[in-house]
Amino acid sequence: MTYSFELPLLILLILTAGGAIVVKDLLSSVLILGSYSFFLALVWAWLGAVDVAFVEAVVGAGLATVFFVITLFGIDPRDTLIRRTPPPIAAVVSLLLLGLLLLYAANDLAAFGDSASPASTHVSPFYLENSLADTRTPNVVTAILMDYRALDTLMETVVIFTAGLVCWLLLRRDAK
Amino acid sequence: MVELVQGWLLRPNFIAFVILFLWGLYITVTHHNLLKKLIGLYLVQTSVIFFLVTTSAKDGATVPILMSGETAIQPDAYVNPLPHVLTLTAIVVQVATLGVSLALVAGIYRKYGSLDEDEVLKKLK
Amino acid sequence: MIESRHESVIVRRLSRRLIPLVQIFALYILFFGQYNPGGGFVGGVMLGTSLILGILVFGPTDPLTVVTKRIAETDGVGLMIFAAVGGLCLIGGGQFLNYAELEIPGLAAPSRRSLGIILTQIGVAVDIAVTAVSIVFSLSVMSGNGDSHG
Repeated sequence: MTYSFELPLLILLILTAGGAIVVKDLLSSVLILGSYSFFLALVWAWLGAVDVAFVEAVVGAGLATVFFVITLFGIDPRDTLIRRTPPPIAAVVSLLLLGLLLLYAANDLAAFGDSASPASTHVSPFYLENSLADTRTPNVVTAILMDYRALDTLMETVVIFTAGLVCWLLLRRDAK
Repeated sequence: MVELVQGWLLRPNFIAFVILFLWGLYITVTHHNLLKKLIGLYLVQTSVIFFLVTTSAKDGATVPILMSGETAIQPDAYVNPLPHVLTLTAIVVQVATLGVSLALVAGIYRKYGSLDEDEVLKKLK
Repeated sequence: MIESRHESVIVRRLSRRLIPLVQIFALYILFFGQYNPGGGFVGGVMLGTSLILGILVFGPTDPLTVVTKRIAETDGVGLMIFAAVGGLCLIGGGQFLNYAELEIPGLAAPSRRSLGIILTQIGVAVDIAVTAVSIVFSLSVMSGNGDSHG
């Protein structure tokens, strides 16, 4: 896991996130957020998480941007300009303290890329060794998601269905 | 102190996660525009998912798609697949809740005519 | 936002050829989710995206938009498919969503689990595609042009 490819990607990630925050117009901010999702998908593909990179590229850079832009189309352009106010001191100081606390705990995490970390040695060797013989599915992520842990996926489907229903109830009651 | 800084330099992903998380949280808490708060919330959610995925990386390992025809499968040769499963669910639920929060913002705009938090609060009184 | 057909003939012709291509690719990703990266979620979102492109380019009176409106009203079908597969496992004698107990003669337990995986993936994809299209319809009603739906 060389750092020479990953460090420029991480710097680009932080730069695009900063760009999405600093820009004054909301439409440009939303489109820069789409490019932030693309860079995030690249970082995940580099780390070996191809399924996650696929979903993030399609959902984050595709669907989320479409939702934002369709909402912005119904809003008067006067209301999309951002007002700048001086930052509150309490928020800045407390968030900096929180950041220092998180960084202080960084040494206790397992080293990046360690095969003997507790996350990789408890349950996941069972899935890696047995999923091909049990389910005839080479893609281990799909086998875990749809077979070993199918109940979680069922509940997630319920959440998605409820979200579609709620959007309908919120916005279409007056149109009929 | 020196080991702390050395620990930070060995984990660039964690430093990126901390920066994105705190910046997104600051935007969510302090900005007045409702849509800008949603953008900050999106940054917080994706940074946490980024942290979950980096705990699954392994040195010299490949994607978790098994090549059939092998007799013995070494778990060390494949990236840990469990955090990928959790993050897949999290990403799709994130976009569904983004749709709901955008519907709420659209309803507020239709009723009060403004996206600014202070003006909406004034009109509520 | 869904007011009228797009004026440019280039955009209309390109979309008319691009939408079936995206749908075929989405079906490929969906059905090969067990052998390549992909699966139910990505296939469903891509199907939904192709329909969204159709309704944005072709306006409210085109047959594609009318069919998509009917599709967006079948909101719970994906969830029913997923739960029905689990219920069939209960009927076969096992626990809920334990695909090894599906009652299909002539198949061993690993093949039954593989079949269960592909059926539930279809359910998830249908659910996500219909929800994406339905949310876009709901969000575009507030743009002021929504009274012609229904």
